[in-house]
Amino acid sequence: MSEFTIWMSILLAGLVTFYLRYSFIGYSHRMQTPAWFRRALRFVPAAVLSALVCKALVYYGGALQLTLSNERLLAAVVAAGVAWRTKNVLWTTVAGMLALWALQALGL
Amino acid sequence: MALPREHTQSVTAQSIGDVWPSLLGVVPFGLITGAAGVSAGLSVLQTMASSLVLFAGAAQLAAYQLMDSGSPMLVVVLTVAVVNLRYLMYSASLAPYLADWKFWWKITGAYILVDQLYALSLHRFREERFSSPLPRWVYYITGSVLTWVVWQVAVWIGAWLGAKVPPSWSLDFAIPLSFMAMVFASIRDRPTAAAALVGGLSAMFAATLPYNLGLIVASLAGIGAGMWLEGRRLS
Repeated sequence: MSEFTIWMSILLAGLVTFYLRYSFIGYSHRMQTPAWFRRALRFVPAAVLSALVCKALVYYGGALQLTLSNERLLAAVVAAGVAWRTKNVLWTTVAGMLALWALQALGL
Repeated sequence: MALPREHTQSVTAQSIGDVWPSLLGVVPFGLITGAAGVSAGLSVLQTMASSLVLFAGAAQLAAYQLMDSGSPMLVVVLTVAVVNLRYLMYSASLAPYLADWKFWWKITGAYILVDQLYALSLHRFREERFSSPLPRWVYYITGSVLTWVVWQVAVWIGAWLGAKVPPSWSLDFAIPLSFMAMVFASIRDRPTAAAALVGGLSAMFAATLPYNLGLIVASLAGIGAGMWLEGRRLS
């Protein structure tokens, strides 16, 4: 990404984000959304975050890494266990990183 | 609407008392986010700028991940929009309590809206009988500003430290890991579990779609799966 594109992306993403937050707070009396849209919002966090995680596990370093020797996939299994038990961002990240470094050190 | 000073002070103290436990989670998340920005190839200045403009950890991490893999600007902006769609939901449910706020209170309140203060404020506004808008504003802005300051400092320290870490440490892996805890926290019932499962699997299959459009396609598939299952259960 060029410098200009990075700065423009930050600016535009910021504008969109502000508008999403301001929407109902600013225009509460004029905003009407269909019922299906309000139902859909409930599933946004689960669907989006899971997609982000799974994509990053199989696609990194500019290539698809769908093999059993993918250390990140194995480390992610450990992290998923911690995430499931604790639902804590810090513990999950620490566990996953430690698992990845251990697997890399073992050279599996 | 003059408010007795002691009342304002007690609302401020109440807000600080409610928000501080969540700050313990904000610090490491901010550190990770700052380090992730730098390891994705952004400068410390760009990482800080994105943090000040967006003030949204998950969206920042998603944007860094996409910038790192060279996605077009439109895909970065669209993905940030999808990740931040939940703010639309927050905005809608807080709006009734903010309706009597001054224009600039609404502007700053919207910019600084985050998960923790949404949840805390909604709870307090329902429970307490704040009759005038001022104590609601004081409660909301005290906790928000505190969260904002802690977040920005943590991101800055994370970016500064992250710039010194060699790539062989694979610190970019911290991005999906930090999302993972949020995935499990967002699964509340079968339909949300279906949304996560379908969203995740489709993202794997769609990983090689051009322009990183896979994330948007997979998110929509996950949302669709959740709605479909919920619809089946209701009917």
